[in-house]
Amino acid sequence: MSDLTRVADRPERLMGETSEGAQELTRRIDTSTDELGREVGAVLRLDGVTLDPRQVDYERHDDETMIINMGPAHPSTHGVLRLMLELDGEFVLRTKTVIGYLHTGMEKTGETLSYVQGATNVTRMDYLSPVINELSYSMTVEKLLGVEVPERATWIRMLMSELNRVSSHLVWMATNGMDLGSTSMMIYGLRERELILAFFEKTAGLRLNLNYVRPGGVAADLPDGWQDDVEVICNTIDERTYEYDQLLTGQPIFRNRLVGVGSITAEEALALGLTGPLLRSTGVPWDLRRTMPYLAYDQVDFDVIVGTYGDNFDRYAIRLNEIRESIRIVRQCVEKMPKGDYRSQDPKVTPPPRARIGESMEALIHHFKLFTEGFHVPAGEVYSAVESPRGELGCYMVADGGPKPYRLHVRAPSFTNLQAIPLLMRGGSISDAITMISTVDPVLGEVDR
Amino acid sequence: MIPRPPLAPPGVLIEEALACDAAFFAPKEDYVALAGALKADGFEMCVDVCGVDYLEYFDRAVPEGVVPTRFEVVAIFLSLSRRQRVRVRVQAGNDAPRVDTLFHVYPGTEAPERETFDLFGILFDGHPDLTRILMPEDWEGHPLRKDYGVGHVPIQFKEAPGPR
Repeated sequence: MSDLTRVADRPERLMGETSEGAQELTRRIDTSTDELGREVGAVLRLDGVTLDPRQVDYERHDDETMIINMGPAHPSTHGVLRLMLELDGEFVLRTKTVIGYLHTGMEKTGETLSYVQGATNVTRMDYLSPVINELSYSMTVEKLLGVEVPERATWIRMLMSELNRVSSHLVWMATNGMDLGSTSMMIYGLRERELILAFFEKTAGLRLNLNYVRPGGVAADLPDGWQDDVEVICNTIDERTYEYDQLLTGQPIFRNRLVGVGSITAEEALALGLTGPLLRSTGVPWDLRRTMPYLAYDQVDFDVIVGTYGDNFDRYAIRLNEIRESIRIVRQCVEKMPKGDYRSQDPKVTPPPRARIGESMEALIHHFKLFTEGFHVPAGEVYSAVESPRGELGCYMVADGGPKPYRLHVRAPSFTNLQAIPLLMRGGSISDAITMISTVDPVLGEVDR
Repeated sequence: MIPRPPLAPPGVLIEEALACDAAFFAPKEDYVALAGALKADGFEMCVDVCGVDYLEYFDRAVPEGVVPTRFEVVAIFLSLSRRQRVRVRVQAGNDAPRVDTLFHVYPGTEAPERETFDLFGILFDGHPDLTRILMPEDWEGHPLRKDYGVGHVPIQFKEAPGPR
């Protein structure tokens, strides 16, 4: 009968079951100097100067401040992010993120899947930008293989990535709106995203985890009449971004919540390894599509949006304007889409056409081998990166000559960007903490992998 | 250029290595000094730190003078001003792998190093908070090691609390 006693009656057991030990925020006297420095957001280093973080907030004792826990099941933490905050009244002194609640060992799984199956795995990491995940993975495999991707496949990839970027930013607009109390924006953002997901479904057969970009090309050609669909998407979303402007950009309450809140400098952003809108908001014009072009980004015309102050409003404005820039790229893709193959004709990576399988035994065997054993990739190690909506999405791969990657590591932008949270939170109020999480835009599937 | 020329892969000049996507091999004791030299040389950002477990591949291609060990730490640096990437590979050791932390040069390596420790058991000397980051606190073993099985592991999640 002892099992039937209420858990709440045994707090020590409850503590034992939920505690993450040293991963959590502890009292100041139990925290080492370096760790304390991190938790109060000390980032920059100065030669010859040592600043003791214990001198920060020294007038506050441990019994005057309060350590509270936020998440991992908090609706505004964008998933299962858990924050531990040390509060002085309503103001945040120290922050520590506790992550790993969504860890499913995808890098380990990636080592047991063949290169053909791998795209199915990585597409589930950053679930808001699946195409870009697959693209990063496929480009890394192609770099190891030395396979040339046909021009049409390149442009299809670019079209799909940009549509995906728009849909990802729309979800961000929606959730950010909701975090700030604008529930209308929530509905509008998801409504517009639905247009893009419907197009994805028409093209790839799936709405979210597409498995569309694969090593050697893409899974299927664009459907008949795709130009009209894309045209409708572009026109609708382009027009609606101006409605968002009217709804949010100039609205005094919205501006007061964002302008001047959570500023970071370019030096801090670089030191922390931040990429994407977080880095660009500080005025650093770093966008891999422009600075280290991949696919055919050097053949399209678009602007890299940068901010000035590195505050929340800059990050909002950057994402809103990146939607417009992506729409611009999508329009150019429609215009310039070349004819040709949508996947490489290298028989090593591409299965024979469906019609051949019915009539040729060799084609059938080839098809079977490709999907059971997979293709062999020459030994080597390689890193390649693309610009995801959240920053630099890199893929480091070690191949040992077999049909499966020996090591697959994904450099997830959200994982690194989360390190900015203690810095952003420091000194702000607890209500702004929600906005900070939102403008960092972490996708926990990618953080925990 | 980099003040202290590191060991380049066989047959690759340093200029060429910088231009293409090649890796440098740094001796363990010079690793942090090399990172500092890279930072002074315009590599503003350390993009990532990760580990590799070469359990069976002691015969892999490494330049002369480098003794391959089971664990390797790979750090990827990015220069915004030169638009270049550099990868530095460090042989971390066999049984008790450990290297110095980059935290004091690039503060952004804190989380990636913790992840490498969590999943490979590679220790980073001088790291401010070397605890598990992705796995639960009471987890046994380091899952990304090659001798850590897939699918034969008893589920180690905490005991179910029973009816409330």
